[in-house]
Amino acid sequence: MSKYYLNYLDELESEAIFVLREVWAQFQNPVILFSGGKDSIVVTHLARKAFYPSKIPFALMHVDTGHNFPETIKFRDDLIDSLGVRLIVGSVQESIDQGRVAEEKGKNATRNALQITTLLDAIEANKVDCAIGGGRRDEEKARAKERFFSHRDDFGQWDPKNQRPELWNLFNGKYFEGEHFRVFPISNWTEMDVWNYIKRENIQIPSLYFAHEREVVWRNNSWIPNSEFLKLDDGEEVVTKKIRFRTLGDITITGGIESDADTVEKVAQEVSAMRQTERGNRSDDKRSETAMEDRKKQGYF
Amino acid sequence: MLDNNQLLRFTTAGSVDDGKSTLIGRLLYDSKSIFEDQLEAIETTSKKKGHEGVDLALFTDGLRDEREQGITIDVAYRYFTTPKRKFIIADTPGHIQYTRNMVTGASTANAAIILVDARHGVIEQTKRHAFIASLLQIPHVIVCVNKMDLVDFSEEAYNKVISQFEEFSSKLLVKDVRFIPISALLGDNVVNRSENMDWYQGAPLLHTLETMHISSDINKVDARFPVQTVLRPQSEEFRDYRGYAGRMASGVLRKGDEITVMPSGFTSKIKTIDTFSGEVEEAFAPMSVSITLEDDIDISRGDMIVRSNNKPEAQQDLEVMLCWLNNSPAKPRAKYTIKHTSNDQKAMIKEVLYKIDINSLNRSSDDTEMSMNDICKVRIRTTKPLMVDPYRENRTTGSIILIDDATNETVAAGMVV
Repeated sequence: MSKYYLNYLDELESEAIFVLREVWAQFQNPVILFSGGKDSIVVTHLARKAFYPSKIPFALMHVDTGHNFPETIKFRDDLIDSLGVRLIVGSVQESIDQGRVAEEKGKNATRNALQITTLLDAIEANKVDCAIGGGRRDEEKARAKERFFSHRDDFGQWDPKNQRPELWNLFNGKYFEGEHFRVFPISNWTEMDVWNYIKRENIQIPSLYFAHEREVVWRNNSWIPNSEFLKLDDGEEVVTKKIRFRTLGDITITGGIESDADTVEKVAQEVSAMRQTERGNRSDDKRSETAMEDRKKQGYF
Repeated sequence: MLDNNQLLRFTTAGSVDDGKSTLIGRLLYDSKSIFEDQLEAIETTSKKKGHEGVDLALFTDGLRDEREQGITIDVAYRYFTTPKRKFIIADTPGHIQYTRNMVTGASTANAAIILVDARHGVIEQTKRHAFIASLLQIPHVIVCVNKMDLVDFSEEAYNKVISQFEEFSSKLLVKDVRFIPISALLGDNVVNRSENMDWYQGAPLLHTLETMHISSDINKVDARFPVQTVLRPQSEEFRDYRGYAGRMASGVLRKGDEITVMPSGFTSKIKTIDTFSGEVEEAFAPMSVSITLEDDIDISRGDMIVRSNNKPEAQQDLEVMLCWLNNSPAKPRAKYTIKHTSNDQKAMIKEVLYKIDINSLNRSSDDTEMSMNDICKVRIRTTKPLMVDPYRENRTTGSIILIDDATNETVAAGMVV
């Protein structure tokens, strides 16, 4: 007789597939929010598995800040081609040009907060009623209380004190005109689970996650990559280091860590020995103690 | 981690003073699941608040309002991993006002940790937590007798709690109850064995969580496969493919099994069980698969594939233990959407049979108004039959939620009696 239980990765995978199929059954026009980061890549991989032998029935939506790593864009386009799915791009640059948002000023200016408007505009313009994201509850304290099916009002806002109770696996995706949902199939995964899964499934991810030589500047306790958007301060100097990134956001705010891990096995090994959270190198989370909660309420990912 | 490592979900219920947050902080800290930057943040906050040392309880603080008020309002999920298992903690507030959150956390749990302050023994809150664990049929209950350091690690104090608990829990339906004397603050018997309680021969909490048998927590007898969606690729390669996608709710289905589709009653045989990685011979709960049948029959979302010799009951009149979750009380004879597995129907609450006082466990049939956090036995009538099993036998096919069509909110959760 064979064993009648799943190991933890199979159980997490089965749960995510269940959630993705619920999305397809309950919504009219769902999309996968695709950032080019490992979490949204894993969600896309899970969607392939959930609907096989059909194609992924969702479009991928990318919010393009214009401050991308070139590697991310190439990876995105290659993936779209191989999956044969539609890509929807929301452009922060266009939002700026149209006067919907204003560029931040100063040395620490980023386009991180500006994405919220672009994202909500893209959701409205494309009549999206469900945006599937790669958010995980272990990432950040505000996310620990997020639901799998997270309701957003007609302003795209999250109300943490008025979330729908979520029991068993009975997901309530009912909404009124103009509202939408964010759904997080890998809510219960940790960073380590994601890496173990990438390793097991042999999932392709951008080269940025592996150790490589790059021009960087030491700022806010991490290595910020040199780019056309970087303004050097007095005393700051561009050096070449062997680094890799634990998370991928805008090139202006994503800090790298020094590392020699150049394969999935080595990265998984390194992550398991890490003593810092992965978002510890993201300056967008360091602005205040409740930075993530505040952005999420407004409609952030 | 090893390939056969399992996932265990447990819930902790507690209030501000019984050391729940400290216990979780201790589990995470001693199992090395707290990162340096998180620890630094806690150290800074501890200093700001004038606490001595690092207050591990701060680790579980979440939303801004909760931080300001120093209480947990909502269910928060925490994660940690040991070389033996992955754990998901549903951390819920313990006050009566938050019954709905305890019920939510309990709905998916394999185990419940109930904290009892060794100085105070079993109190109302303990009974409430044990009742909810039994109502939601959490398979394992671990009673942690906490703050043993404050009763001089006395075996007598510990035994007193056990007999108090056993006395009232005999009325409850809990199969597996264990007791562990701990000090969350000092770490005794949490991750490491206590050096202060030689008289305790059992395992520390973490070891208990790592080794308890959970493979039988899901019903593996009654094969139930609720269809979520139908896969029709219509590509060259899969021109005639028609796969019924879903997740096994319970039991096992094998290739060649004689099956019945509920509620239509059509019968067929399983042709293949497919996954992205290829065909499999059998599917068991909680696997997500796609099933193809020998015959072309009309099946859609909401239908259930079961083995022909073991069928659930198709019922339109349900007796349900209902927990009211919404701010607005239930309206008499109001209509709701009822959700059961992948099936949505309209439903009406026909009658409230009685309300349970969750502190005394007394039933009252005089007061039948259902407000937030109330637990009542009710009769529900649905427009079409649901394929249900008693919740006691099947947590997936025995559970329902009610949605108010006027607000789209989830207003109640129910367990089929």
